[in-house]
Amino acid sequence: MTTETAAGRFGRYGGRYVPETLVPALQELEEAYAAASADPAFREEVARVLREYVGRPTTLTPARRLTEAWGGANVWLKREDLAHTGAHKINNTVGQVLLARRMGKKRIIAETGAGQHGVATATACALFGLPCEVYMGALDVERQALNVFRMRALGAVVRPVESGSRTLKDAMNEAMRTWVSQVSDTHYVIGSAAGPHPYPTVVRDFQAVIGRELRTQAQAAFGGLPDAIIACVGGGSNAIGVLHPFIGDASVRLVGVEAGGHGLDTKQHGASLTLGTEGVLHGSRSLVLQDEDGQIQEAHSISAGLDYPGVGPELAHLAKTGRMEVRIATDDEALAAFYEVARLEGILPALETSHAFARGRELARELGAGKHLVINCSGRGDKDVATISARGVPPPVGVKA
Amino acid sequence: MSGEIAQAFAQAKARGEGVLVTYAMAGDPDLPRSVDVFAALVEGGADVLEIGVAFSDPIADGPVIQGAAERALKAGSTLKRVLDEVVPAVRKRCPQTPLVIMTYVNLIMAMGEARYAKLARERGVSGTILPDLPPEESASLRATFDAEGLDLIPLCAPTTPPARAQAIAKEGRGFVYCVSVSGVTGMRAELPPDLSQRLDLVRKAATVPVVAGFGISTAEQARMLSAHADGVVVGSVLVHAAHTEGPEAAKALCADIKRGLRR
Repeated sequence: MTTETAAGRFGRYGGRYVPETLVPALQELEEAYAAASADPAFREEVARVLREYVGRPTTLTPARRLTEAWGGANVWLKREDLAHTGAHKINNTVGQVLLARRMGKKRIIAETGAGQHGVATATACALFGLPCEVYMGALDVERQALNVFRMRALGAVVRPVESGSRTLKDAMNEAMRTWVSQVSDTHYVIGSAAGPHPYPTVVRDFQAVIGRELRTQAQAAFGGLPDAIIACVGGGSNAIGVLHPFIGDASVRLVGVEAGGHGLDTKQHGASLTLGTEGVLHGSRSLVLQDEDGQIQEAHSISAGLDYPGVGPELAHLAKTGRMEVRIATDDEALAAFYEVARLEGILPALETSHAFARGRELARELGAGKHLVINCSGRGDKDVATISARGVPPPVGVKA
Repeated sequence: MSGEIAQAFAQAKARGEGVLVTYAMAGDPDLPRSVDVFAALVEGGADVLEIGVAFSDPIADGPVIQGAAERALKAGSTLKRVLDEVVPAVRKRCPQTPLVIMTYVNLIMAMGEARYAKLARERGVSGTILPDLPPEESASLRATFDAEGLDLIPLCAPTTPPARAQAIAKEGRGFVYCVSVSGVTGMRAELPPDLSQRLDLVRKAATVPVVAGFGISTAEQARMLSAHADGVVVGSVLVHAAHTEGPEAAKALCADIKRGLRR
């Protein structure tokens, strides 16, 4: 099942809105990717690295105490937080860095928001011996100190970006500017299923390993397909990765959860699928948060990874056609969900992932007992502990105050 | 097609000069004072004015023009206000100079392609340059512009393969904007050695004049390039001069670069 209505087009969305300087490089990437994905040796190499190094397949964990607490469907967790580097991002960076090496590129650049994609890119570059530069909004450099250290430890150069809102969108602008200047020998590893064609397709394909594994694991675990799958949506790479293999399965409800930030009425949120309008940002036409003059608005989320005013074009298409349901979780709801999951399952989810958990209870109840709900556990929360602990920790469980 | 742009190039040629296309940001430092900058550029010898309209996410621009865009946005610049307030005022002070809008495609989409084309033409704009709209994405916009008589000016890059460059040149409107360096806007000490060859190739295929832009800031660079192009575009150095020293400094720089274009 594909939602691509033409090369790089998902209904009204997608395309390649970039400076002419980059068009030949994108055409080269498109051709190289088509050749690589048709080459069994390349596919096996990616699969081997995912197996031997990343730790795939990641497990499908029954969340028994959440199931009991929520009183509805059986809850299962697809554990991308158990992948090497602690998030799903590594699936894509291993694939893209191997592709870049196959193309003879000499260096890698990337942008990062929360730092997970930056860490995953730096990791793949260390593994395959390529120099790596990561552009990161200066604000994110401050709030994600652990990941900044990890990237530097892995040998990458971290370049703080001071322009605009000093977050992910500005890091992506700067990475694209750098790429325009160094396009002949540099590959730009985009981390979201966004950007100009062919990136939304390339990233989705490398991330779809999540959904493919889930199909097999669901069969083994409960003898069928899940009744619903829920994932958080910023740019949308974990969401499209887990959801894409199920688009053709009408019985499976696909649910994306966006950052509600301080609330949809506050203008401080990251809900581009819900409140965005059609526009062009970072090379593709999609739904973006913008004012009536077409200026891109700054997004807000407690999680740096959802703090993005755009969304991948395929998810925009799935949302607009109704195939994917879109829900919202606010900062406070995500924080509450973080502690609920920590204390009921012994898992510290990333703040991004906590948005998906925040909508889990009502979805489990809508589905009802005997049904199966899968939550894509996109990453672990270690990187977020400073942000979370700054708000105070609730009292311990089972201890009298 | 706009007769004004063709006429400006023909007149410069008749005078034995290369065309000087100058860029400045509408709304930097504010809307009325940016009109003074545009007028100063024409007094300094500019033949065509590129009126920059600020976008929040300018991926094709270097630090100088990014900074100008931030100032313009703070000053309240929008595409609508530039068309309503800046363009008519520049038109009044420089009635002979063709005006070209340079901005990003999202602003045109937000206004609506047809609405923009109509409004721009009514206000006296001759053409539009959109650095993030390659030929593959421009068919609908170009048809709309053609119907209105507004030129969608194409860009050609150093990385563009020869056959593609020839196709872009052949289908050009207004003039073909040859980007001289792989990179963003901004001054460069050196231009690539194969630039003149690329300009010759594009010029041979083009049905409209060809200009070189990005990285050009001196009379010497202009003199060297005018042997291979019908003109040059100068932006960042003028934006920087106008911002730090005022319109008179930008005017003096224009006059100096213009001397380099006399054959």
